[in-house]
Amino acid sequence: MKLEILKELNAERAARRPVIIVTDTANGDQRLVKAADIAADPLRAELSKQLRMGKSGNVEVAGKKLFLNVYAPTAKLVIIGAVHISQALAPLARSLDYDVTVVDPRTAFASPERFPDVPLVAEWPDVALPPLNVDHYTAFVAVTHDPKIDDPGLLHAFDRECFYIGALGSRKTHAKRAERLRAQGAKDSDIARIHAPIGLDIGAVSPSEIAVAIMAEITAQLRLPPKEKEEAA
Amino acid sequence: MLNRDEDILQAAETWQKQGHGVALATVVETWGSAPRPAGSSLVINDDGTFLGSVSGGCVEGAVVTEALDVIASGQPKMLEFGVADETAWNVGLSCGGTIRVFVEKVG
Repeated sequence: MKLEILKELNAERAARRPVIIVTDTANGDQRLVKAADIAADPLRAELSKQLRMGKSGNVEVAGKKLFLNVYAPTAKLVIIGAVHISQALAPLARSLDYDVTVVDPRTAFASPERFPDVPLVAEWPDVALPPLNVDHYTAFVAVTHDPKIDDPGLLHAFDRECFYIGALGSRKTHAKRAERLRAQGAKDSDIARIHAPIGLDIGAVSPSEIAVAIMAEITAQLRLPPKEKEEAA
Repeated sequence: MLNRDEDILQAAETWQKQGHGVALATVVETWGSAPRPAGSSLVINDDGTFLGSVSGGCVEGAVVTEALDVIASGQPKMLEFGVADETAWNVGLSCGGTIRVFVEKVG
């Protein structure tokens, strides 16, 4: 690997931007493809498939055997609300390799006893969220049921273009939420990105089952190609 | 776990800058129950110091030896380890899988 490629790879990874290294394993020829450049690449179909799966693998193109090494950032999950659902959601997300952070200004909820081994920030979203570097590789979930806490979080998630945004509440609750967010300057296209009611419809009842429904929906958002994603939603 | 290779690649860059000869070994293909998935990597410098893993410990010793050759020659190499292979019998993938490891010089 040329030093320039290694440097660029490390810089992209530090910025949490996905990269694929394409290597001709017969002769060592190599190039780096940034996620933003995939659409214009001759291998775009293969590259976008591997990136979506977050999986490295081999392809054969014009008699050449190429190894596509995918470097995708670790996905993050930010949970607004240290509630009962979050107690089930946080460990489940961690088992799926997400970096999880729970935010709730209410210290009675955000206690280490209730959330052993999970990074907790007992602050309001305006203080808690900026240092978390919420980005496109972040799933954002608001489950406090309290507009004072959920709404500023959701506005932040729109801004940072999270790949998944979900909020707890019935259709009626969500309609009221949409009104409030619009009044605070949110665009209709932003509001349309909120998954509410949250989670895939699997008839979940208990907090743990709701956690499964939420992680299933987040997984679909992360892994499915755009068309099938629409069908699943 | 796939995504936790940051420090390994950073170390490769740092070693290179310090004037070390450095090689990168990457799992490019696996069959059966291989311990590490494709894309896992190991970086090796000319002291024989290495970071990361391509097999969870089974064949790293052999990979490091080959990597030192690659650092010296500059020519990339493809290595294969598996149950049907003589080398694997010696250095052994105890899990019974087969892996191919691409070793290349950095710089």
